[in-house]
Amino acid sequence: MSVSKEIKPGDVLLELDGIRMSFGIVCALNGISAKIKKGEIHSVIGPNGAGKTVMMNCISGLYHPQKGNIYYKGEKIDHLKPHDRAKLGIARTFQKVEVFGGMTVLDNIRLGRHIHYKSGILRGAVYLGETASEEIEHRKFIEEEIIDLLEIEHIRHKPVGMLPYGLQKRVELGRAIALEPELLILDEPLAGLNLEEVEDMARFILDINQEKRWKITCLLVEHDMGVVMDLSDNVYVLNFGNMIVDGAPEEIQKNPEVIKAYLGEEDLYATRK
Amino acid sequence: MQRENKTAFGAMDEITKELTIPKLFFSQANKYGKARVAMREKEFGIWRPITWHDYLENVKHIALGLVSLGLEEGDKVAMIGDNRPEGLWAEMGTLCARGVGVWLFQDSLIDEVKYIIDHSDTKFLVGEGQEEVDKAISILHECPKLKKIIWDDPKGMRNYDQDYLISLEEVMRLGRELEKEKPDLFEELIGKGHGDEVALLFYTSGTTALPKGVLLSHYNMLTMGKNLMTVDPCKDTDDYVSYLPFAWIGEQMMSISCGLQIGYTLNFPESSETSRENIREIGPHVMFAPPRMYEQMTRTVQVKYLDAAWIKRKSYEIASSIGYHVADLKFAKKAIPFYWKILEWFARILVQKKLKDHLGLTRVRNAYTGGAAMGPDHFRFFHSLGVNLKQIYGQTEVAGISVVHRNGDIKFDTVGHPIPETEVKITEEGEIITKSPSVFLGYYKNPEATAKSLKDGWLYSGDRGFIDEDNHLVVFDRTKDVMILKDGKPFAPQYLETRLKFSPYIRDSWVIGDQRDCITAVICIDYAVVGKWADTKKLTYTSYPELSQKPEVYDLIEEQIRKANKDLPELVKVIKFVDLYKELDADDDELTRTRKLRREFVGKKYEDIVNALYSDADAVHIDTTITYEDGRKTQIKTDLHIRKVKPF
Repeated sequence: MSVSKEIKPGDVLLELDGIRMSFGIVCALNGISAKIKKGEIHSVIGPNGAGKTVMMNCISGLYHPQKGNIYYKGEKIDHLKPHDRAKLGIARTFQKVEVFGGMTVLDNIRLGRHIHYKSGILRGAVYLGETASEEIEHRKFIEEEIIDLLEIEHIRHKPVGMLPYGLQKRVELGRAIALEPELLILDEPLAGLNLEEVEDMARFILDINQEKRWKITCLLVEHDMGVVMDLSDNVYVLNFGNMIVDGAPEEIQKNPEVIKAYLGEEDLYATRK
Repeated sequence: MQRENKTAFGAMDEITKELTIPKLFFSQANKYGKARVAMREKEFGIWRPITWHDYLENVKHIALGLVSLGLEEGDKVAMIGDNRPEGLWAEMGTLCARGVGVWLFQDSLIDEVKYIIDHSDTKFLVGEGQEEVDKAISILHECPKLKKIIWDDPKGMRNYDQDYLISLEEVMRLGRELEKEKPDLFEELIGKGHGDEVALLFYTSGTTALPKGVLLSHYNMLTMGKNLMTVDPCKDTDDYVSYLPFAWIGEQMMSISCGLQIGYTLNFPESSETSRENIREIGPHVMFAPPRMYEQMTRTVQVKYLDAAWIKRKSYEIASSIGYHVADLKFAKKAIPFYWKILEWFARILVQKKLKDHLGLTRVRNAYTGGAAMGPDHFRFFHSLGVNLKQIYGQTEVAGISVVHRNGDIKFDTVGHPIPETEVKITEEGEIITKSPSVFLGYYKNPEATAKSLKDGWLYSGDRGFIDEDNHLVVFDRTKDVMILKDGKPFAPQYLETRLKFSPYIRDSWVIGDQRDCITAVICIDYAVVGKWADTKKLTYTSYPELSQKPEVYDLIEEQIRKANKDLPELVKVIKFVDLYKELDADDDELTRTRKLRREFVGKKYEDIVNALYSDADAVHIDTTITYEDGRKTQIKTDLHIRKVKPF
């Protein structure tokens, strides 16, 4: 829990070492290892059932791998619960949006801020002095930085359940970055979006990765090869729980094994163009 | 110091040829200073005020910054982007630096931007952010006179380092430096201006040809504002919401011509999507919008009405029948009996007050509409709510408007009386001509068009009309658009089109019938409203083309047309119609940027449909490609049904 080390861009932020996870006789992850460096967009690709989401669940703490270790900023975090990992600065979004449909956009995003509140239940109930000013400070951050960044001013007071899927995904992203994480796990952020929404979302991912204000390291699971190849600094290819290759997009596109295993004989870009 | 400045440019209560927009701006800014709010912008969820003092400081630094970048007298500065304070500062800065302002519609396509930037000889372009900068960069090599591209929103601009790009902040920094060097330069520049100089260059959307550049002087703009304000005075404590494109003369007239003279507060919405909500928060005192905005409001009410519970629907029905009755009495200039006044009061208190609040119309003293025809149904609707909606008539060439309804003298088929200092006549051919101090200087680099429109100081509008028995001007339609019916009588298709559009299910309509036996119509359904209706009827559909061709939707539209046909003479009833497979769009050149139908163009484009409407066929086959905004193309193959409207 005492991880507060400053990590420079280019240093390893998250390390997986020989992670093995099986469900009964199905081996989802077969002793994989990976290194995610600070400041990069690192994508994980692979066919359906390759183990991508299991890998993300292991990192965020939903699953506890049977073998292997996970290090965050050099410290072992295997034993930590998901909310403790969130406190360390690991946030995530889900493949199928997991927002609170009955709450407004603002409330959903506010919830992501929760771990930064210092006031407890009692002080919150009284809501005076410091608690109120703390709330106002957080509110300012949410309004000024997140709502503006994600261009969702027009829906801030709308219940999320009423919004189209594309906007719900945006709200979920907003909630994740409200945590001000250092590492953001994006599990298929583009799935089910139309072309325009895909372009918007890709822009937001680049913004939170590159904009001076955010500089969030992104671990991206995605099927949209066009976007993956355009955005990523590195791509990690999984197949049936095994790593095939981990490298720059250009390498991946040329790698014969990847082409065979993942894409058949088709060109990598064929999925979108 | 303040007093000195005020006298430096003469008295400001009279519009003389010496007065310019910058001189007026300077004196107003010094008069109000830090004590009064010149504009507000909603940013990050909060309305942030900008005082006249800040307004002046920002404009000063932009003006001097432009000078230090090399702006010379008469150089053009183009602006593109949403309505926001920075956009207006840039315009005012340009005028103070003795440049000429050119506004572009934000949704202009690359070709339009290129044409205007090139034709206007623009030297600097002020864009809002990345999108506008991208547009400008892609045309830069074709517009050699364009020297610098200025941007103000840093979002997404981190990887741009071309040396022809500069941020507005940097321009202002240059301005501050120049101010230190030459503290009197700004006032000197303003002092040099003369009212007859060109202030703004507007490109008219043009329903027929390439846009023409309209040159308007400071004197044109200011006299127009003064004359309108004589008819309907505003107060400096009023609020106005600026959300329509600055490239439209109507917005300039309210924000600059009138706004600057009165000193009311301009409010800028948070984003274009939130403008409706923001209007409600502000509750403006004065409003000017093209008919489509009011049509949209009517539609909102109609749709909410359909959705509401029984009790709400009933109260609305009763209140609106009272409202309509009282409005009709007012239109007829009859006295309103005492008991109707009481009923009206109840309707106001119980229903209409709330409704007006939702539309942001609670405080509106004068709401104007102009730029295109508005149907009598919409007009009556607003008066039944107690909103003082007035028609105005004008064009970019008279710096905005020349004719307006007066309080208590409103006829919904006319546009009212000329404003002071304005003469309106009808030529023998029936064309409307205008003479006033606001008549423009000419078209930029187009002497032939100027000679055609400007004769002996009279502006030939190209519109047909007449003056009725109450001395009201009636605008018929564009001369080119007037149809001749079978019996040889002229007929304005817009009248029928606006009537059809009163139905919430119909977004656009195009009425055909020139030199034909009967009248037919091409209908574009309102996707959102009809889609919602289809949901409640449990109709499945995946796209606009599919929904538009559903037999049930045809039944619905037929019903709407029959309602519109009611009470019309036999010859002008719509006999047949077809639902188009797409919405009409300005990007496809089918509408102008201000959403006026380009009749000639659509006539050619949809020739097959027109022919089928006048044959015995009951369907027309369509095989066409649609290009989306992002360049993707889809082929559309479909059969459009042709439906005969059953008589009532």
